[in-house]
Amino acid sequence: MTTIDKTRNVPEPRGAAEGDVPLLEVRDLHVEFHTRDGVAKAVNGVNYTVNSGETLAVLGESGSGKSVTAQAIMGILDMPPGRIPQGQILYRGEDMLTMSGDARRKIRGRKIAMIFQDALSALNPVLSVGYQLGEMFRVHQGLSKKDAKAKAIELMDRVKIPAAKERVGDYPHQFSGGMRQRIMIAMALALEPDLIIADEPTTALDVTVQAQVMDLLAELQREYNMGLILITHDLGVVADVADKIAVMYAGRIVETAPVHELYKRPAHPYTKGLLESIPRLDQKGQDLYAIKGLPPNLTRIPSGCAFNPRCPQAQDICRTDVPPLHPVTERDGGELPGRGSACHFWKETIHG
Amino acid sequence: MGRYAARRLLQMIPIFIGTTLLIFLMVHILPGDPVRAIYGDKAPDPAQIAQIKREYGFDKPVLEQYFHYMLNLLKGDFGNNLAGRPVVDLMADAFPVTLRLTLLAITIEIIIGVGLGAWAGLRAGKAADTGVLVFTLTVISIPVFVLGFIARFIFADELGWLPPNVQDSTSYSQLFLPAFVLAMLSMAYVARLTRTTFAENLRADYMRTALAKGLPRRRVIGVHLLRNSLIPVVTFVGTDVGGFIGGAVITEGIFNIQGVGNLLYRAIQTSEGSTVTGVVTVLVLVILLINLLIDLLYAVLDPRIRYA
Repeated sequence: MTTIDKTRNVPEPRGAAEGDVPLLEVRDLHVEFHTRDGVAKAVNGVNYTVNSGETLAVLGESGSGKSVTAQAIMGILDMPPGRIPQGQILYRGEDMLTMSGDARRKIRGRKIAMIFQDALSALNPVLSVGYQLGEMFRVHQGLSKKDAKAKAIELMDRVKIPAAKERVGDYPHQFSGGMRQRIMIAMALALEPDLIIADEPTTALDVTVQAQVMDLLAELQREYNMGLILITHDLGVVADVADKIAVMYAGRIVETAPVHELYKRPAHPYTKGLLESIPRLDQKGQDLYAIKGLPPNLTRIPSGCAFNPRCPQAQDICRTDVPPLHPVTERDGGELPGRGSACHFWKETIHG
Repeated sequence: MGRYAARRLLQMIPIFIGTTLLIFLMVHILPGDPVRAIYGDKAPDPAQIAQIKREYGFDKPVLEQYFHYMLNLLKGDFGNNLAGRPVVDLMADAFPVTLRLTLLAITIEIIIGVGLGAWAGLRAGKAADTGVLVFTLTVISIPVFVLGFIARFIFADELGWLPPNVQDSTSYSQLFLPAFVLAMLSMAYVARLTRTTFAENLRADYMRTALAKGLPRRRVIGVHLLRNSLIPVVTFVGTDVGGFIGGAVITEGIFNIQGVGNLLYRAIQTSEGSTVTGVVTVLVLVILLINLLIDLLYAVLDPRIRYA
């Protein structure tokens, strides 16, 4: 996805014009939280890249470190107790972790924006949505109150909120769940950022609205040629919009793959388990498959592969050696670009 | 909002009647005969006493007295005290003084209370937070009159910064120390309340959103955090105004301020029923109106509350 959309009316050149520097690159990121019970290692060496116009879905259970990674990228981690002992987060080749607080703040919202899960609590209850949208323009572009309000109405129209002009002074609680999430999207989109991180944007919505919101997000992403990191635990949402998937478990990426290949041929037992636990109509009446056990306690991550206590294929080596992210190939050694699996037995999993 | 306000105003009528009746009855059963008290040690002529009692209507049944009192009240007549001065005049002298004192106290309460609370709340769990906790708990556990005498002793008697007694009750600089003493207790409560709401709201989701929007810190705290955190504080300050007027009795006594507190105190001591009833009646009205105002302000601060 390195083509530029020619119809785009954004004057500033985007990532693709700058050669092969990715829009965002996370390198060996570690995040830990110092708590009374010890050090919780939430993220343990995550690598991924996102380019303009590309959608990366980050999949995982609660506590797998997907949201923490996102917050580290945004620079909104609570530090302390959070700490980043190691790693780099490169935005257009520049490490954001070594930037000054002010330089970082100027990227937040303007270049990299975030959509949160629960729009009701993520929007300020005592400020009108017009104020909260307009704030982006007032702070980052120095617009007057009046101009900011006009821009806010424009944005609300953009995300298809009916009667935007009349509703600009309304408060978050006066909107329905889907409309609120549209306002969150509008806020993230306000300054036409290069990258949007959407942290479970549809989890709090009902299914019909979920599809509308995802369609809107995908449409706007195409139009502005933005990079999108979609954090979710919903495999159904991912299939339609993502280009590639990273599956996280206990703070590490255990499998990466282009989206459809992952569904067809998972190369990690955890991914396999996730896919098998989706309820299917043709198996009505049968017991639903579930991965046994619980996600590990992050203060005491099991040695070796963190998934080994729950893995049906676990061998001795899994309890001692941490598997690196192996490049996954065809049975005959043919290359499968973009695929990787952090499993000692990836060959057996994908081909066996 | 208009209908809500109207309904609240109507609700004030029975509350007003109830409280005034209560205070009227309480004054009536106070020990001591006010008319006798005029004569002090001298033995008065019983016929003269009966004459005065008739003049003031003290010989009639208490409910009838109350009825007459309320009837006069509607005409703006609060009656006379036993020395013959209209109670309205007495109140006209005393209320502005206490109003100034209370306004000054509320200002001090809000500025210092919210300031301290915000300072501690933003540093929850750190030394500053503990320091404020110790300070506020100390203030809360010391009675107002002790605090008043200590403050007077240090700042007036020892350091000589301020006169020990307030001579000019229109001077805000002279009223500052009494107002500070009056405000201390509530200020400590406001600080604790602000600290808690700040520390709690600091972790709210909308704060994370505000950060993610790339807003500068002073805007995140000054707009997003403050607006949300002030809601309970405003409610507290509002209900506390009544407490201030009660506290003023003590503070005005210590610093010899000729305000409502002093007027009320002296009236109770000399069993001046008409003055006590008059002052309390006006106080009841003031407190009712302030509470209504606070309730309406609450809706302005928190749009989730709308009065139908």
